[in-house]
Amino acid sequence: MASLFQYRWFQILLLVSFGPFVVRAVQFYFASTNAQVAEFLAATPDTFREFLSQQGLFVFLVVIMQSGLIADDRRTNALQLYLSKPLTRVEYVLGKLVPPLAFVLGVTLVPALVLLILQIVFAGSVTFLRANLFLLPAITLYSLIQALLSACAILALSSLSKSRRFVAVMYAGIVFFTAAMYQVLRAITGSRKWAVISPGEMLDVIANGIFRSRVEPAVPVYVAIVVVLVIVGVALVILERRIRAVEVVA
Amino acid sequence: MSQAMTPVVDLQRVSVRYGAQWALRDVSATFPSGAVGLLGPNGAGKSTMIKALLGLLAPDSGEMRVLGLDVRRSPLQIRGRIGYMPENDAHIPRMNAVTFVAYCGELCGLPPADAMQRAHEVLYYVGLGEARYRNIEQYSTGMKQRIKLAQALVHDPSLLFLDEPTNGMDPKGRDEMLELIRDIAHNKQINLILSSHLLPDVEYTCDHVVVLDKGGIATAGPIATLKGPSGRVFELRVKGVADQFLAAMSAAGLECHATDEDVMRVFVPDERGPRFLFTLAAQHNVQVRHLRASVPTLEDVFAKAVGEV
Repeated sequence: MASLFQYRWFQILLLVSFGPFVVRAVQFYFASTNAQVAEFLAATPDTFREFLSQQGLFVFLVVIMQSGLIADDRRTNALQLYLSKPLTRVEYVLGKLVPPLAFVLGVTLVPALVLLILQIVFAGSVTFLRANLFLLPAITLYSLIQALLSACAILALSSLSKSRRFVAVMYAGIVFFTAAMYQVLRAITGSRKWAVISPGEMLDVIANGIFRSRVEPAVPVYVAIVVVLVIVGVALVILERRIRAVEVVA
Repeated sequence: MSQAMTPVVDLQRVSVRYGAQWALRDVSATFPSGAVGLLGPNGAGKSTMIKALLGLLAPDSGEMRVLGLDVRRSPLQIRGRIGYMPENDAHIPRMNAVTFVAYCGELCGLPPADAMQRAHEVLYYVGLGEARYRNIEQYSTGMKQRIKLAQALVHDPSLLFLDEPTNGMDPKGRDEMLELIRDIAHNKQINLILSSHLLPDVEYTCDHVVVLDKGGIATAGPIATLKGPSGRVFELRVKGVADQFLAAMSAAGLECHATDEDVMRVFVPDERGPRFLFTLAAQHNVQVRHLRASVPTLEDVFAKAVGEV
């Protein structure tokens, strides 16, 4: 994690990722000080759901920058060094999960919770929070699901190659290709059920469910949860097979 | 059982295979404390044995004990007490040498401050003191070998596994590495197992040897014992009727083998000396045209063990 912070472009990215947060904070401030503005811009549960959706771009960027987490270790044969120390494979994977989880939560959970606190501070009351008490667990749960899915996916892909660039291209390919394929199949068949092939769409369905949105989901929430669990499961199986000190080519 | 006699590694009927290929087949061996060479041609199973002992490879059958601990039951305890220097380049990316070695110490359980202090000490010991703040990816092959040794030593292990430690090094660097290994084994009192296909490396640094060939043990024991009884082998060429001379040598208890057309190898015990050969030749009217000492080496032992002679 510390090595990523050494790069100026990464520091800039983290700074820029707080742009939407600043915009929302300003929105909450004016909504709390001006009654006319409040009619249009007052905080609602959907505001937080939209904020987390907007952060999707930054989630994608901070995750794709973790593409070398295992790939670099494979390139430099560091895996056999790690695993020749008193360290289990599970501990190694858990250690590698920390940076993507931390960065994703850093651009989703942290600013969303701070926004909630700012709303209370600017409004000078806890009325909004009391009326929408589910927001606290909703923000936490959705951020955790998003972080876990992205972290497992990038780690699994990273374990498949020795090139971080190749891993980054694979990750971007999966994210954009599945989204594009969904749109194409939806246009051809007219069915929104093809959303199951797109992890991004599944996250949207889950977000709508968690935030009690009135938008008609493409598929039932439980289907989206199953798809996410399958992706995480496949990623764990890949990691189990690839994280070995000795690569046997039979 | 005394400390010196306690085996640091014990293998009982260990077999490892990759797919249909047996890398180790029914191997039983004991590695005594001190410096032990693990010799064998490429593909003999040396690296496989080390990786199995580290618990990185699960054997298909057999029992292994390292420092008295069962490899299957206590792999983490064992890894905490051993140091491993792998054969190929290995380092953690984007780290300088001192950070890397200190981090390896922390992974082995050292507190961060102690690990950093030990990292500095060990890097000076292996000769990288001046280069310890450089990124490892800028290191030469020789320096990368030294850093691998440093990370294996940082936590003061009881046993070191060195897999081809002189690979890719120039002659000067190789000599320095061998000196380090010899010093570790004989002055620092750290047990080590040196895997190599380079016989002079093993002969220089180790007291015992285990020779592997085609996944099995070809021979094992103290190098001095394997080299045979004390005495010297001479290459001898004579002119004249050699039959009687040969019979006389046999009668005198000298072991004699013909090698080429007219050169023979004669083993002369220490108490006799080469002068005895001249005396015997003069008695049988044979002229000695060529006499050269041929000292038995580990190479002879190895060649005999793997059936090359």
